[in-house]
Formats: sequence, structure tokens, C-alpha cells
Amino acid sequence: MSNPVTATNGAQFSGIATVADVGLQGMITLRGDLSSKPLAAAVKAATGTEVPAQGTILVVEGGAAAWMSPDELLLLVPYEQAVAKTAELTKALKGEHALAANVSDARSFFQITGDGAREVLAKISPVDLSPEAFVAGDFRRSRTAQVAAAFWLQDDGSFRVVCFRSVGAYMFGLLSTAAHPQSAVGVY
Amino acid sequence: MSTRLAKQGRLIDRSKQIEFTFNGKRMQGYGGDSLASALLANDQMMMGRSFKYHRPRGVVASGSEEPNALMQLGTGDRYEPNQRATTTELFSGLTAASQNHWPSLEFDVLAINNKLSRFLTAGFYYKMFIHPRPLWKHVYEPIIRKSAGLGAAPDSELKDADTYEHFYFFADVVVIGGGVAGLQAAKAAAASGAKVLVLEQNNHWGGRAPVDGGTIDGDTPEVWVEKTLTELRAMDNVTLRDRCMGSGVYDHGYALGYERLTDHAPGQGGPRHRLWRIRAKQIITATGAIERPLSFAGNDVPGVMLAASMRDYVVNWGVTPGQKVVVATNNDDAYRTALTLHDAGVEVVRVVDARDTGGGALMEMVRDKGIRVELGRAIAKVKDGPRVTKVAICAQNGEGGAQEEVEADAVAMSGGWSPVVHLWSHCGGKLTWDKDHAFFRPDPTRPPLGDNGAGFVVAAGSANGNLGLGAALEDAAAAGAQAAEAAGFPAKSVAASKGVAEDETLMQPVWLMPAKADIKLRMKTWLDYQNDVKVSDVQLAAREGYESVEHTKRYTTLGMATDQGKLSNINGLAILADSLGAEIPQVGTTTFRPPYHPISMGAIGGEARGEIFQPVRKTPIYDWNDANGADWEPVGQWRRPFAYTRSGESRHDAVNREVKNTRENLGLLDASTLGKLIVKGPDAGKFLDMMYTNMMSTLKIGKCRYGLMCSENGFLSDDGVVARIDEDTWLCHTTTGGAESIHGHMEEWLQTEWWDWKVYVANVTEQYAQIAVVGPKARKVLEKLNAQAGGGMDLSKEALPFMEWREGQIGGFDARAFRISFSGELSYEIAVAASEGQAFWDALMEAGREFNVMPYGTETLHILRAEKGFIMIGDETDGTVIPQDLGLNWALSKKKEDYLGKRAQQRSHMADPDRWQLVGLETTDGSVLPDGAYALGNGINANGQKNMIGRVTSTYYSATLDRGIAMGLVKHGPKRMGEVIEFPGTDGKTYTAKIVDPVFYDKEGEKQNV
Amino acid sequence: MLILECPYCGVKAEETELAAGGEAHLKRFGPGSDDNDFHDYLFMRENPKGVHFERWRHANGCGKWFHAARCTTTLEVFGTYAAQTYEPPQEIKDKITAKRPGWSWREFSDASE
Repeated sequence: MSNPVTATNGAQFSGIATVADVGLQGMITLRGDLSSKPLAAAVKAATGTEVPAQGTILVVEGGAAAWMSPDELLLLVPYEQAVAKTAELTKALKGEHALAANVSDARSFFQITGDGAREVLAKISPVDLSPEAFVAGDFRRSRTAQVAAAFWLQDDGSFRVVCFRSVGAYMFGLLSTAAHPQSAVGVY
Repeated sequence: MSTRLAKQGRLIDRSKQIEFTFNGKRMQGYGGDSLASALLANDQMMMGRSFKYHRPRGVVASGSEEPNALMQLGTGDRYEPNQRATTTELFSGLTAASQNHWPSLEFDVLAINNKLSRFLTAGFYYKMFIHPRPLWKHVYEPIIRKSAGLGAAPDSELKDADTYEHFYFFADVVVIGGGVAGLQAAKAAAASGAKVLVLEQNNHWGGRAPVDGGTIDGDTPEVWVEKTLTELRAMDNVTLRDRCMGSGVYDHGYALGYERLTDHAPGQGGPRHRLWRIRAKQIITATGAIERPLSFAGNDVPGVMLAASMRDYVVNWGVTPGQKVVVATNNDDAYRTALTLHDAGVEVVRVVDARDTGGGALMEMVRDKGIRVELGRAIAKVKDGPRVTKVAICAQNGEGGAQEEVEADAVAMSGGWSPVVHLWSHCGGKLTWDKDHAFFRPDPTRPPLGDNGAGFVVAAGSANGNLGLGAALEDAAAAGAQAAEAAGFPAKSVAASKGVAEDETLMQPVWLMPAKADIKLRMKTWLDYQNDVKVSDVQLAAREGYESVEHTKRYTTLGMATDQGKLSNINGLAILADSLGAEIPQVGTTTFRPPYHPISMGAIGGEARGEIFQPVRKTPIYDWNDANGADWEPVGQWRRPFAYTRSGESRHDAVNREVKNTRENLGLLDASTLGKLIVKGPDAGKFLDMMYTNMMSTLKIGKCRYGLMCSENGFLSDDGVVARIDEDTWLCHTTTGGAESIHGHMEEWLQTEWWDWKVYVANVTEQYAQIAVVGPKARKVLEKLNAQAGGGMDLSKEALPFMEWREGQIGGFDARAFRISFSGELSYEIAVAASEGQAFWDALMEAGREFNVMPYGTETLHILRAEKGFIMIGDETDGTVIPQDLGLNWALSKKKEDYLGKRAQQRSHMADPDRWQLVGLETTDGSVLPDGAYALGNGINANGQKNMIGRVTSTYYSATLDRGIAMGLVKHGPKRMGEVIEFPGTDGKTYTAKIVDPVFYDKEGEKQNV
Repeated sequence: MLILECPYCGVKAEETELAAGGEAHLKRFGPGSDDNDFHDYLFMRENPKGVHFERWRHANGCGKWFHAARCTTTLEVFGTYAAQTYEPPQEIKDKITAKRPGWSWREFSDASE
């Protein structure tokens, strides 16, 4: 087996915020009954977190779980464990109506750090990104310019952005353009 | 002459000299000047020529309502036509040129149109150029386009050097307009704790108040504005943006702000414009009012200006447009201009007040200065040369006789004021006619409605019809509190600041000056400056039967220019109403549409240009493909190699080489774009039986089946291979374009029709790089990879037969291998993790070298499948084709009671034996049929067109067979094997082709099953 | 540009995050159905001036389909609700009745009439 690579392979840009390819991230789509106990246990075992509430993400060391829809979670695990954890989830949920799929390689994953992070995202997404409205742990699926994306705010004030792998280069171009050093809006 | 005054000019910095050019001539201005004020300071009154008659025109206003002073700004990749001198901030190195003249502003050949203006009346183009018809395109249109027009279009070879962006913002209350009313409203709203955004289009705050005078809370308006700005800036819940125009109000509280970041400092870096995409709970329109011109003969002569605008030039920029000025008015406000001019040392020759009783305190102040005021008088006409030279004065209530002529070089006119109701009206706010002030004002009982059914726009200050300083401030404070309350913030009581200004007596509507002006005067009396519409044109339209204001607008072009009739609308309406013998409110207004003022295309496009104009979807092999001769073809948002051309090779050569090599040796196809959907659950089989026309529930684990999908109205929509993964899991392959749409289609049926079925779908299209390894040597290369890795999946015919799949390792990569073939050759489609896709491709290329491996593109894919008679969604189908048309009855399950499309396929037209059906087509001479060509039948149809009996759906040159091959849909086709039919081409030739079986190559399917 | 609240994720989404899906509460007719019923199911749609029920998908979001009760003239939104229902919930019908007494749409109407 070779060294796997992301679509944008470590790309980085600095302006009013720093935009960077986070690198390979294990991601598992989990569909099922979010109120079921076996599912909660399986999520806990896979990520170390509880099942997140609507519109939020729970992040712990080495794992996270994000609320995608009333019957879907996005689980974050270390990349090299994604295949095994997907199999474990499937096994743990045998008999339940559930679907676990490894989507680690289907995604591009970026972080936006620095003072301008909120403004960078607010230039491309029709979401209220003011500090009052969007707080750490909030998770939102929306549109970034012309592609679908999901993003959340970390405790340290940085954003994480997930999109499809095929548009990783587009997303990086988009974020870099929005982070142009002379484009601070000055409202956040 | 127009000139800079020694004093005055609150906005300019005389210590900052700025050089600029106008029509190539070097000129100087000061920091803080607008281009218009700087031109006036340089005695450049004439700033352009009119649209239709090429009449010389000067600046008439000082803001965004300016219809005349349109400029071509900048050069090269920063050139832009049709920019108003009045809204252009002066900067060092600015280059401006006037437009719509030839050869020069001073001497214009087409000014002959002016002499012909008797003939160029309303509807002239419609009447004149309709006959003879053929002349329009090649004679009339080019001439008209040359003679009537605005600035020259930018060079199409150049790309705009600037960048643009959007910004999404959410606020409880958005205040549009940073005049004293806007600031007062913002203060009142912000006091409640609501999040407030204030937009001001200029680079200075306070609107007209600092020019108009009076006091607010005992201070000058200028001081009050500064104090209030300081207060607002200190509040965390308030955002103030200048150079940012509220340009439109849309459904459910959506508003656009147009921020001009570097127009005044080009090349400073960063985006030039930013489009604010705002969602507001409440919007306050504090957009002020616009002064109306008076309609008298020669009211368009350079030097005739709006009275308040003339005052702006004196007070804001220290510029006077003339030395001897006549003021004409029907209201008290224009007297302020007389006072301002007088105080600046400019001679006010006369104040001509159309009212018999004249004005109030302001008039007395003017008289006290010794200025002659004439009541009940009018301007009969202005004489030009080409600027104002003389003004003829007559009685207002007459036809224009008994004139007295006075010498003057400028005229300040005021026909009253119109509240700027545009933003109130954009989203459906209704207006009411205010008889006292003769203007339309917002009707607070009929505001634009938001998603909750309640009003979401509140008008404030003079935009709400409250013109006096005191009344405007009171109204604005109330508006601020009302908006905050409606946004969910109980208002704290904030006392309105107290504005004190001179009392004014009522204006008197004057729609024509003099009231009974004769036709000669009316033909020189302009309503719409930019589009050259005169009083006589509107009257003519009314006589010709145009009663609807919307029709009159289009017939005369009144209000259709880039200023959208900001100055002309009410005056035009009044003339129309008078001509029709109707009241103005009965005639009504035309529709106010956003944007309020033109905004740049760049701002609308935002960041979407260059590399990120559109998302380009890239497979994991994209970079390799690009570096290895890929001739890209867009497939939806994907880019796929059409072919891999080598140096010195044409596209056609490359395709032929790829086809032959794949049939004879080994080809690789990057098939990663194919949709891959996991369908899982206890009811997944039942669900797929509804989705596909075939039976999928019975598919054995480890096996693959080709399936068809139809829409509910029976038409074929997608196809692909389905693999059974385990007891309750299937993997469905879709077409490249179908991944998202078929995923959506499945979710739609699961969520909205069969919501009790236990099925989950996940789109894993991009999780995998999928590579088709195709050709007689396909197995050999894969076995070689396994040998190199020391083991792996058994790929033999016995272990992995045709139409089955296995999971395991190939060459050390975790992989899923599908024995499926879209080429008729021995073929494996192998899916590996996308992150390893390039490495796997590299390994295949390396190991395949001894087997003469070559990558192939989509064209080869098409030819290989066409040689085998396989259909392609989008070629053989076009949304009107059903599986039965394509001879795919074998894929329609007879056992199933139901599947999507089954009922529709029983409809009479669907079961019609006359439907065109799929056949192969072989040209009689081996040439290639033109794509999409129709086959001729006998006779003609009801429209007199020749009857058609079929069409070509796919056509290629087959390198394998060295001849053209094609598929097509032909009436009764399968029953007409061997018949020769004719296809006329668009090249004038007629092609003849024999109807044959659509499978051209390896009819028994031996090659794929080895 | 409209905003509609997605009943599944609570997001007040703007139109660019949504995909319109035509009329709500259609009853499917399949094999064995009468030609007229099938024709109406495929092609006949309400086009009211006033109260209307529509399907929307939170496409750039949770991906779920939901229904919206809306006025086509004023664009007032009476409410949004989950798509897994054959008729508008009573609560939505009551809201419409409060705002548009006497309303009717297909087989649904102001129950107080």
C-alpha cells in the first residue's frame, strides 16, 4: 500500500486568516436512529463522544461526532482507523437498522485560523457567522459559494470545513480568495 | 463661468491638490472633490451629449440621480463606461472622457439629430424602421446603434483587473441612508439593543442637512452628525458602513448593499466592490428625497441645474456653477440656494417664483438681501450658446408671451421634491399621493410583507414625506423604535433630537412652465434628460392612445435610462395625467425595480471568476491526466479526458490509437466519476425493485446486474451496474452525471412516499478512485501486480466470473474488483480508496508497460460501447425515450407488479407501435453520419415540413471496423433491417445508410467472457 | 429571496440552500390505476393565488424533504412541517385559518367553515 494523499496535498494560504489543508482525516457516515441506545454506545466506542444535539458537534481528543440530519452523524476518527472503526460500527449495530460508511477519502478537509476566520467564511456562506450567532461547537451544513459544505467552530476560535474531495481545489481557491490580505471587512 | 470659490467647501481639502484628465486635458482638483465638482471648478460645465439628439448637456444634479454627466472612466483593463461624475470621487491620475459624441464633445456630427428632432418623436423608431423588414438587421440597427448610445463597451479581449466579493450579514434592523434621519433612526433602534447596520452611499455622513442648515439640539447639523456618529460607533450592536449603497430590498427581509472599496483608490489592492447580502428582520429606508426639475423650454441647457444641487456645489465643494444666476421655483427651499449663492458672492439675478403668493420666511430673507423676487412668473425659455446665456421670463399662467430677457450664465430650478420611495417599493410597498406636496409617499398601512406576514420596511424622514428638519427627525426616531419593536426588541424611549429650521409655506405643483406653453416651447421642454424625452413626446403618446403609464414608459422611453427616471418620473406622470384628463394617483407610477442605482457586474459575480468561476470537479487522477495529454471535456462539473493526445497527433488520431490498443492490448480508463450509492436496510431489495425496471432483490451476493431507471412518467433516466454486497446491502452505480441526482431521487422517494420502509442510502461516489482495466491483457497486468505484491485476489475466470465482484487486495491495494464491461473486452473495474487512486494508477501504468498499456478517454469509451451496441444515457435517451424504444424489454421485469415508470409505459402513446426504435446504421459508403441527422420519410406534415422517420443518436468512426458506425431511432426500425434510408446533412450532402443490427462487433459476446 | 425554516434541523434556510419540489400531498397512482387518475397524478397541479402547499428539500443542508404552507401572493409562510404525512398537520391548518379565514386547497380547507 502506498502513502495516501489528499486532493490538495498540504496546501496553505495566509491573508486575513490562514487557510490550510488539514490532511487526511478519518470520517464515517453513520445513519440510524439517533435516539437508540446501541447507536449511542457504538458512537461512544468509535469516537469517545456522546451523540451530539441538533446542529452541534462534540469534539474530544482523537474523535468527534457531528449532527448531520435527524438520522445521520458524521464521525471523526484517526484516518488509519477509519476502515476498522467502520467495520466495528457495522458489527456493533448488527440487528439495528443502521448504515456505517467510510467516507474518509471522499472528503477534503480545511481549517481556517486567525482573526479573519469568521469573515472568510461569511463571504462564501449564507450563514450568520457573527460571534453572537455562531459559537464553538456549532455545526452547520450549508453552501459555500457554489458547493455544499459543512463547517464548525472549534473551542480555539478556528473553523473546520468539510467538502467533497472532487471540489477540494475549488474550495481551497475559494477560501484563499476570501482570505485576501487586503479584504478584511472589519465587522467580526 | 463655473469656478472655484475662495472660501466654502466643507468636504474639500485645499491643501491636497489632485491632478486628473478630462478628454485628455489636464486639470486640477482637491481632495474630497467629486469628479463633477472638480470639472465645474475647471469651468467644464458641458459634460456629455444626450442619447438621441446629441444635445450638449451639463451636470444637473450632485448625486446618484444625475442623468447627464456620464463618463468613461479609466483605461485598459480598468476602463468602465457610463459612470456618473457626481458619484465619482476624485483621485490622483483619474482619467475621464465624455461619451456619446463624435468626433468631439464640442463638435458633434450627429447633433444634426437635434435639428431633426421634429421627426424623431416618441415611437419614431417603431414607426420608421418596421418596413421594409429585411433592412432592420443590416441597415437600420447598426446605424441606430452607432448614433444612439452610451459609452463604448470595454475591450472584449481584456479582463477586468479588479476583484470582487460578497459578504453575508444578518441584522435586526438595517437602516438605508446615513443622513440625519437615518442616524436618528439608527440611534433609536440601537437603544433597544437590536443589532443595527447603517448603510450610507457617500463617503460622508449627514445627507443634505449640513448644506440645508438649521439647528439640531442647538448644534449645527454638521456638529450633531459628528456627535451622533461618535455615539453610534461606541455601540457594540451598531455597524456603520459608508461608500455602501443599499441598492435593493427583496423578499423576506433580504437586502443588497453595494460597497465601493477602491473606486476612489484604484490599484490599492483587495476587492474593488463588495456586495453585502443582508438578511434583516426590519429595514428602515431613510433614503431622503430628490428634487424635481421644472419643465420649461431649454431646461436641459448646460448651466441649468437643480437648485439644491447648486447649493451642494457651493457649500460642499466651494464651486459655483455660474456668476449670474436665475433661480426658478415653486417652493420655499430654492430660496436657500439664492441665499447661499448670495453669501458666496454670486449674483442672483432673479428669483422667479411661480406661486402668485410667493413663499414665507425664506423669501423675506432673500428680499432682505436685496435680491429681486418675482411672483407668479415663469421661465419662458433658456437661450444657449451652448451654455446658458439669457433667460426669458414670462407670466406662469400664460402661453409664454410678453417675455423679459435677463442675462445669466446659470439657472437653479426647483419643481418640488419627491421622496426616494424606491427601496420601500422594491418588494411591494405601496404609495399614497400627497396632494399638498404633490408627491407619492409610502403608505404605512401597506408595507412590503415579510415571511411572518407583517411589514418589514419602515420609511423614515424625508423618504417618508417629512421634508422639514424637525419633522424628519421626529419621524425617524419613531421609525427606529417601531422597527426595533417589530424585530423583537421592546423600544427604550429615546427622545428625538429637536431640529429647527425656517418655516416653509406650501409648494404649488407646476408641471409645465408657463402653464399653457405653446408647442414650440413644449418641444424644447425636457422631461427625461438621459433618454431625450420631451413634454411633447408624452403628450403625443397620450394622443395616440397610450393610457397605461407602463405602456407610455416603453413607447416614449421615459424613465428607461440608466437613471431609471429618478428626475423624470413624477413630471412625466403629471404630463400624462393632464393629457388624459386624469388625476395623478389614478395614472399611478411605473414599477420600482432594484437596483436603486446601477451596480457593477463584477459585484454581482463576486468571487466567481478565473479559477473559481465554477467548481471544477477533479478525480484523484486529474493531475496525472492533465500532465499526460488529456484533452479535457466537461461532463457536468467534472472534467474528463476526451482523449490523451501525444505530440504531433490529432484528436482523431489519438482516439483511433486508443480504440485499437484497447481492443488489441490494454487500456485504462479513469472511471472515478461514476456514481456509487450504497443502499442498505431490511427493505433495500424491495426499494430497489421500485427504483429499477429490473428485479434487484433476487440478485445474489457477489454478483452484478445491469439495471435501468425510469422516471415516474416512464422515460429512461439512468442506468448502471448494481452489485449485491451482503444480505441487506447493494451498491448502485450511476452515470457520471447521475450520482447526485439519483441519490436525490432515491432520498425523495424514501422520504416522501415510502417513509416507513427501512432503507438508508449513502453517496460514496468520491470515496473511490475507480479504474477500468480493459483489453485482452487486463488479467495479465493485474496478476502481475499481485505477483509483485506477493499475493492478492484470485482474478481467474473461475474465481471471478463475468458479472461478479470480489473484495480483497490487488497489488497490495485494498480493492473491490467488478468483472463488468462497457467495451465488450475482458474488463475489470477496480475501486480503491480515492487517496490511493493515483498510486494505483501509477502501479498499473508501470506494470502495464510490457503489455503496451495506454490510458483512454471518453471518446474511446463511447466508440467501444457503440461498436457493441450499448446505449448511452444522454445519447440514445433525451428524456422522451422509454426502454422499449431501445430494445431493452429484457431489462423490464414482468414479474414485478410495480416499478417507477411501469404505469406510464402502459399509456397508449407509450405502447404505440409507431414509436421510433433503436437500430444500427451503416452508411453505404462507409462514411460517418452527421450527429443528430434526421431521416427523411415521404410527404409533408401539417406545417409543410418534410416528414421525418428517425434520427441519429450516436455516430462514430470505428477504427476497429474502419468505417462509420451509428445508432439511431427509426420508425418501425427493427422491422426494416436491410432497408436504406436517407439523412440530409447540414453540409448540403445527403447520406444514405442501411438499417442493421446495433451490435457491430463480437455479436456473441465472446471477448468479454474469457 | 425566500427563507424557510427546515423542520428537521431548525435552520432558517435561504432559498439558495433549498430546492423547490413542486406541489405537496400528491397521491401516487401506479399500475392498475385508471387512465384519468394517472394522468392527473402526473400532470395536473394546483396554481392558486393564495394558500398553497409545497415540497422543498433542504438540499444544501440536512438533505431532508419538508412541506411548506405559503401564500403565493404575499409570500407569507404559515408554517413548515415534515414530509412524512398525507395531509397538513392541524396546527398548520389552524394557523392558516387564523390568517386566511375561508381558505381551501384541494381537499383541505378552513374547518370552521
